[in-house]
Formats: sequence, C-alpha cells, structure tokens
Amino acid sequence: MDLFPLWNSLRIAAISAVLVFFLGVAAAYYASRAPRLVKGVLDVALTLPLVLPPTVVGYLLILLLGPNRVLGSFVLREFGVKLLMQWWSAVLAVSVVVFPLMYRTARGAFESFDEDLAAAGRTLGLSNTRVFWTIRLPACRKGILAGVVLAFARALGEYGATSMIVGFIPGKTATVATQVAFLWQNQGGTPEGQRALLFWICINITISAIVLITVNLLERRKKVTSNKE
Amino acid sequence: MSLSIDIEKKLGDFRLHVQFESSGGLLALLGASGSGKSVTLRCIAGLMRPDRGRIVLNGRTLFDSEQKIDLPPQKRRVGYLFQSCALIPHMTVARNVELGLLSLPRRERRTAALAWLERFRLADFADALPATLSGGERQRAALARTLAAEPEAILLDEPFSALDDYLKWQLELELARTLEDYGGDAILVTHSRDEVCRLVKTVCVLDRGRSAPLCSTAEMMTAPGSFGAALLSGCENLSPVTLRPDGSLFCEAWAWSLPAEALSAASLPTGLTHVGVRARSLRPGLSSVSPGPDAMPPASADPAARPGTLSLDCTVDRVIDNVFSEIVTLRTPGPGLLRMERDQNLPALAPGAPVTVYAAPEDFLLLTE
Repeated sequence: MDLFPLWNSLRIAAISAVLVFFLGVAAAYYASRAPRLVKGVLDVALTLPLVLPPTVVGYLLILLLGPNRVLGSFVLREFGVKLLMQWWSAVLAVSVVVFPLMYRTARGAFESFDEDLAAAGRTLGLSNTRVFWTIRLPACRKGILAGVVLAFARALGEYGATSMIVGFIPGKTATVATQVAFLWQNQGGTPEGQRALLFWICINITISAIVLITVNLLERRKKVTSNKE
Repeated sequence: MSLSIDIEKKLGDFRLHVQFESSGGLLALLGASGSGKSVTLRCIAGLMRPDRGRIVLNGRTLFDSEQKIDLPPQKRRVGYLFQSCALIPHMTVARNVELGLLSLPRRERRTAALAWLERFRLADFADALPATLSGGERQRAALARTLAAEPEAILLDEPFSALDDYLKWQLELELARTLEDYGGDAILVTHSRDEVCRLVKTVCVLDRGRSAPLCSTAEMMTAPGSFGAALLSGCENLSPVTLRPDGSLFCEAWAWSLPAEALSAASLPTGLTHVGVRARSLRPGLSSVSPGPDAMPPASADPAARPGTLSLDCTVDRVIDNVFSEIVTLRTPGPGLLRMERDQNLPALAPGAPVTVYAAPEDFLLLTE
C-alpha cells in the first residue's frame, strides 16, 4: 500500500497549522483591540471561509492563483513557478479554510484576557512586545492551543478546496481525503477497492482520535501541575 | 516628594475633572462607584490618556496636553496595586516579583525577589503559583512586586475591597507601616470612609467626576461642605433646605425649623441646598423614654435639653439592633424619616412611642450641591 497520501496530508496539515497559528493570532489580537466597526467588518471577512462551501473557496483561489490570473501569472512570469497543482498549493487552500477556526478561538481567548495583567506588566516597565509574549500570549495559551489543534485536525480532513486546486495526482498531490474520494469513485465496486477504502478510513479516524486525546491530555496535565504547585 | 494633577477626560456622557496636589505621604481619593476614581488612577499611571491637562511627579512632567508630553507607563515610575492584584497567573510568585526588578542583571533578580518576599513573609510561597495563595497573601505579593520596582508614587486601587474583614484589618496595619517606610507619594482609592479615617490624613473627595479641594479627614467628617461629600462621609440624615425670610432654615424632609438665632448667620455658605445631621448626633429626650405625668423632667436631668439645643417631636418607627448599638428610625412631621443611633444599654424605645429628639446647632452640616 502506498502511504504517500498519509505523509502528504500530515505535512500539509502541519505546515498549515503553523502558518495559521501566526496569522490567526495576529489577526485575533488586532481584531480584539480594534474599534467596534473595524472589528465587525474584520470578523465577517475573516470568518467567511468557515461557512462558505470549500469548493467556493477553492474556486476563488483558482481565480486568484490560476496561471492566467493576477497573482498566478505574476509568479509564473517572475519566478517560473506554477501556484496550482503542486503539493504545497494545498497548504494555501487548507490554510484559508481552517484560518477562521484559529482566528475565532484565539480572539475569544484574547477577549477574555484580564487587561489588568498587561497593565501591571507595563507599569512595572515591561515593553509592550514583552508584555505580549510573556504575559498576554501565555495567559491565553489554552484557547490558542485549542485553536491550533482544531485547525490541524480540520486541515487533515480538508477535501473540497484541496481537490479543486491540486486535483488528484497519485504520488504528487494525493491526500487521505482525495484518496478516499478517488477510491470510491473508481474502485468502489470491487472488493480490493473497498478494503483500501476501509484502510484509509481507519487511518483517518485513528489520527483524528489521537489529536483529540492529545488535547485532553494537555488540558489535564496543566490542571495537575497547577494543583500540585 | 510631590504629585500634582489637573486633568480632564470625557468618557461618553461622563466628564472627569480632577485637580489636586499632594506633597508626600498618603492621600485618599474617596468617591462612590462610578465617580471616576479608577479612571483618575489609570490616567496617572499612563494606562489611559486624559483629554486635557497636566500630571507632574517630583518635577517630572508625565503628561502635558499643551506640550504634547505623554510618557508611556513604562517610563512613569508609578506603581499600581490593582484591586485584583493582577499577579501573572502562569508565573510563580518569585517570578512575579522579578518583573519589578528588570533593571537588575538577570542573575541577581531571583535573590532580590526572594529578599522582597522575605520582607512580606512570603518566602515559603516563592515557587508557588498565585492561584494557590490566599487573598491576603496575594495582596502582599502584589505589594512586594510593586515596591520592588522602586516607584516614585504608588497608586492603590481599592486594595482591601476583596478581602474578609479580619484580613482587611491586618493588611491595613501592614500597608500603613509599609507606606510609612516607603516615604513617596501614595494615592489610595476607596469608597470606604472607615478606611480613610483609619489610614489617611488628607482626602480628596470625588463626586460624579469632579474633585473637591483637598481636606483633612477630620474636616471631611465635621464639615464635608457638599452634599456628595456628606454622603461619602457617611452622614445618614440629609434633607433639602430652604432659607426663610426670617433667617431660619426649614428642613423639608423632616419639617424641622432651625431658628436663625441658633445658627450664626455669617456661617451660612452661599449656594446652601441641603442640611445633614449624623445619626450619632441625635439624642432622644428622657421624657419620651419614661413618659410620666410630668411632661418634662428638669433640664439638668436631661443632657439633651441644654439651652440652645434644637428639638423635634417625632414618633418611633422601628428599632433595629446593630452590633453594639441600636438604630432607631423616627417618623417626623415631614415626609422623611430620621435615623438615630444609640447605645444598646439605654432604656429601650418602643415602636409607636412619641419621642423628642435633640441636636446641638453645630451638629447640623450645612451643605452645598
């Protein structure tokens, strides 16, 4: 059995989670401090990918990144790189789709942050940057960590946008999700096809379960240490 | 040591205008909730920006809207003790104190932090997380952290309000001692006149965003001056007042006429709107306690009926037991009630009984709006 789709899915999800961590935290921090109107507009714009069908997100990305489109043609001309149909193109699609999960959980965490803590740090002489990294972010780590893990889990399962912008090239762009769709469409009637499908489904459920158990363990360990100390 | 403030700030419908000058020592900023106390402190610390004005600490201008000076909180050297303590929850107590010691080389911070904790009897908690400390310990840790940063002024935002009574007392004593050693300016924000009386000698009363001139704690109690200040000083009985043509004052709530000869006309403030009298200043006449066939016992036997004393005939409404005293509410000839406080060992008053209350002319607080 070729395990490439698993490896590809994992790297896409991992890279997307890291990317979305920085972008989501930055956007959430900005939005949580923005004036009400700006915040309302930002909120809608940044949450839209969560509720749009992934195929719509995929098509919008094609409109932006296609070889004849604004960004796609520019990158192709300047760097000779095609933005679609590469394994890493899926990172773009997946990041857009899972971004709202990170953004919303992080924003919730930032909004429930006790501003007195930041104020205390500032009156004690900590620079604003330092207040952010040593006080605000660690105090909000629960929500932010939950956002990262959720984004990672969702990224593993992303199908719609991915299939539209990277298609299905075995050994090149195949992911677990697109592999399952491919098997069902082409070999769904054969016993071997069904066995393969079952195999990938088990893999998928196993990974997702491991991720969720990890979250629970992380939360529990935190509680135990704080009780002990 | 000096701190001078004159700032204005508009927050929605609320207007803040605070003006005072402190010359060392502890000053109390007394106000009801929503009077702008916390906003004032935040403006001094640089956490909020006034619309207009000036803040000068020991000759250093922290804020000046005209010269466009607005130092960030990091450069103000103003310590802030938060009501919630604001200890960083994911750092140990010692690490929290180290935040106040950033000017020291990294290696020396831990030792210095431990010395501060030692001083506040918290050495055992150095490696504990703040959540495991009691309210009083947390407050001491926050105080240690604030002092470790060697601020030129300390702002205390209702430091005792989240504490149990017996802890409050202990921490008050400790804080008073600490601030004496500290010597710099300190501003205590509170809505409790008891705290003010025990801890502070100079008070700035803040009423709906406006500060009154500084006064001593004793002055605030004997001559609060304004209606708001009288409320804050704990005056229980307040009534609108009208000045009659014959020079007497008529308290509308109690239909109590204060004759002109009892009040020295010269001392009536302009803009007089209210009169206040404390529950403790009212005394019942003996006659009403033991009503007999003789209407009045001789004046000498009744200390309340000294010449010049003002009186009002009331009936007892309710008698409420307080801890060591008794609070009596009295129905007056006017629409309002009067509250009288008496020691519990005096003969009891029964609800419905007639009673004449007495007060000395100087017990009436003359108040402006």
